[in-house]
Amino acid sequence: MSVGRFINCAAIKAAYVSAFRQTFHGAAISAVRYKSTTPQSEDQLGMKIIGGPRSFINKLEFLEPKLEDAIPIYRVYDTEGKILDGTQDPKLSEDVLHQMYHSMIMLNTMDEVMYSAQRQGRISFYMTNYGEEASHIGSAAALDKRDLVFGQYREAGVLVWRGFTLDEFMDQCYANVNDPAAGKQMPVHYGSRDLNFVTISSPLATQMPQASGAAYALKRTHPGLCVICYFGEGAASEGDAHAAFNFAATLDAPCLFFCRNNGYAISTPAHEQYRGDGIAARGSGYGMITIRIDGNDVLAVYNATKKARQIAIEESRPVLIEAMTYRVGHHSTSDDSTAYRAKEEIEEWTSGDNPINRFKFYLINERQCWDEERDKALAAECKKQVLKAFTAAEKRKKPSPSLLFTDVYDDLPPNLVKQRQEMVDHLGKYSKHYPLDDHEPV
Amino acid sequence: MATHNLTRVVTGLAKKNLPACLLKRTSINSFVVTKRHATHFKFYPDPPPIDCGPTEKMNLFQSLTSAMDISLSSDPTTLVFGEDVAFGGVFRCTVDLKEKYGQDRVFNTPLCEQGIAGFAIGAAVAGSTVVAEMQFADYIFPAFDQIVNEAAKYRYRSGGLFECGKLTIRSPCGVVGHGGLYHSQTPEAHFAHAAGLKIVIPRSPIQAKGLLLACVRDDNPCLFFEPKILYRAAEEDVPVGDYTLPLGKAEVVRLGHDVTMIGYGTQVHVLKEVAEMAHDELGISCEVIDLVTITPWDEEAVCKSAAKTGRVIVSHESSLTGGFAAEIASTIQKECFLNLEAPVERVCGYDTPFPHILEPYFIPDKWRCFEAVKNVTNY
Repeated sequence: MSVGRFINCAAIKAAYVSAFRQTFHGAAISAVRYKSTTPQSEDQLGMKIIGGPRSFINKLEFLEPKLEDAIPIYRVYDTEGKILDGTQDPKLSEDVLHQMYHSMIMLNTMDEVMYSAQRQGRISFYMTNYGEEASHIGSAAALDKRDLVFGQYREAGVLVWRGFTLDEFMDQCYANVNDPAAGKQMPVHYGSRDLNFVTISSPLATQMPQASGAAYALKRTHPGLCVICYFGEGAASEGDAHAAFNFAATLDAPCLFFCRNNGYAISTPAHEQYRGDGIAARGSGYGMITIRIDGNDVLAVYNATKKARQIAIEESRPVLIEAMTYRVGHHSTSDDSTAYRAKEEIEEWTSGDNPINRFKFYLINERQCWDEERDKALAAECKKQVLKAFTAAEKRKKPSPSLLFTDVYDDLPPNLVKQRQEMVDHLGKYSKHYPLDDHEPV
Repeated sequence: MATHNLTRVVTGLAKKNLPACLLKRTSINSFVVTKRHATHFKFYPDPPPIDCGPTEKMNLFQSLTSAMDISLSSDPTTLVFGEDVAFGGVFRCTVDLKEKYGQDRVFNTPLCEQGIAGFAIGAAVAGSTVVAEMQFADYIFPAFDQIVNEAAKYRYRSGGLFECGKLTIRSPCGVVGHGGLYHSQTPEAHFAHAAGLKIVIPRSPIQAKGLLLACVRDDNPCLFFEPKILYRAAEEDVPVGDYTLPLGKAEVVRLGHDVTMIGYGTQVHVLKEVAEMAHDELGISCEVIDLVTITPWDEEAVCKSAAKTGRVIVSHESSLTGGFAAEIASTIQKECFLNLEAPVERVCGYDTPFPHILEPYFIPDKWRCFEAVKNVTNY
């Protein structure tokens, strides 16, 4: 094949742009889709244009992004839980609603207990999910439990919804003998094969192109399923985010990119993270269908994720969801966020736009299926269960030091066999200098 | 096969209108071979392995195509992708595979190495067998984080709940006579520091096919660096059928008793020629070992030979400092200290970037290795 032919091959990929508007749940969505069905396009002069059709103008004009064109935020109920447009209420059964609410309260309770445990020095680290409960539970509830989840690290609610037990959470945070990863990772790096939740890793955005690849693989082997990839607006600045969007779009991968725009990447506020209209505005640049939603409105999150899932699977394409929310807690237990944001700001979000309260108002006022008495009982029951699991996990031994060498490869290569023996011999001589009593035997 | 003249190789490419294989981010017109000089090595073909059925004459890129063809036909989950892979690849390693297996299995990706690696890892985690191509090893570094922090650690961090053992990343590497800084590197040492990866570098078409299939089927993420100068310069009678060669096993390619010389990839051929020179001109008997797998490497085979000869040379194209030869030399001095008759000698690229026109002075060619043989025997 000649070089000239190679260039022509590229020309064959020339695409045309068709813009269309689609209404979904009342929210207008602009979408630009690139199709590779036509070999090439021609302008008025008959020139072949590579990369899609373009029109020409004779006036020197630059495009200026305009704030008034900012993508609107889709919401179902207001901050008092009042439905804004009846057609948008998904009218979920009381059972499902209660399960969602229960999951949010359980997540919140677990955060309280574990945060305190870290402050008391009983675990090494923790990250709370305060303020983002609705984005976790609303999206998780809209998925098929077989859909594969690639999380960032602040999506414990998705696991709560899928049935990760309190013992499993606690065993991981305590890095005890029941942790499947043998305590190799810091707390909150959960994973579950049974629940199709890929184990969390600390590097930011690395999960994103992996989600694109996994979605591509799933499309071939398990049609009807998709991948959801969670990430923050800070992670969206990483190169991997760009790679993920572009690969999923060009390779038609059924992947839901769920951005939790919670306003902060540790201390860096969103306005120092990007110019332009947030993360959602990037969607059309990649030819991705996109929506911006109220991340503190669990029903808006549910509706958007459910519809996005349908689009991703039926049309074999990625969908970008930007959920606007607020990180009420500190970044992690290693952070004190009052060093960079006002207490009043946090308070405003805690009381004014609290995702749990908003949902509770909806349950009480719109659905009449909840009351304060049941609320108190639920809180007490959650606390009891969390403390029980917490105490049990704290008592369990730590894993055997020998497990340090497992799971590097599928089996132990000779160098690791040798190094493990060196460690065993060393511990034989210096045992009193190591916390061996806390661990299972070597 | 006789020594190939560089210009002949390049002319051969040009006739097939494939100079794109030599350049990625430079325009083709800016690349002109102005001076002829001989390749720095003589290729030593091996006889075909026994019991592997009928053979065909193949060069190294064709033997790789054959390996990927077998993987695609025998495993319906196999995916082959990378930049320019669909039309056959800039080095022609994937010719006709798209036509044979369809665009959903053999396809182009956007030009983004971190994306290729991340996408490949994700597909492998989701159960696909993946053979991903990085167009040049020199351009693998945007994917460093994905390979080192993700692929290598996937199994470890999840306790085996999730892993990407079905992942193989192929990438052309090494000296080519005119590649300069960014078309010549072999980054094996950078990746050797990341526990969890297997790194393999073949020296011949027979090895390339058997080792690539072994990597594809191995349950660990593998990096497969292909010495691109061998793509066309190396021809052997390669079994057309399915076979694998063992990973983690070094191969003694020439027996000897005075000096042990260790290398991998193209350098094995340089060392074989040096062994002949040492025999003919110095009467010295050299044992030559092809390490084959960089990690996990075959310490036993290396130390056995080092203990026997007491004089060792380790040689690779990559720079000296922090190169894998240091790891080998360090292990030999620990395991074979009382057997050694001379310090372990390293003959490697200098601690400079890879130079273009000055390449003949940079590489660990047969003359530098020959001098090392004299040094270790006269110590």
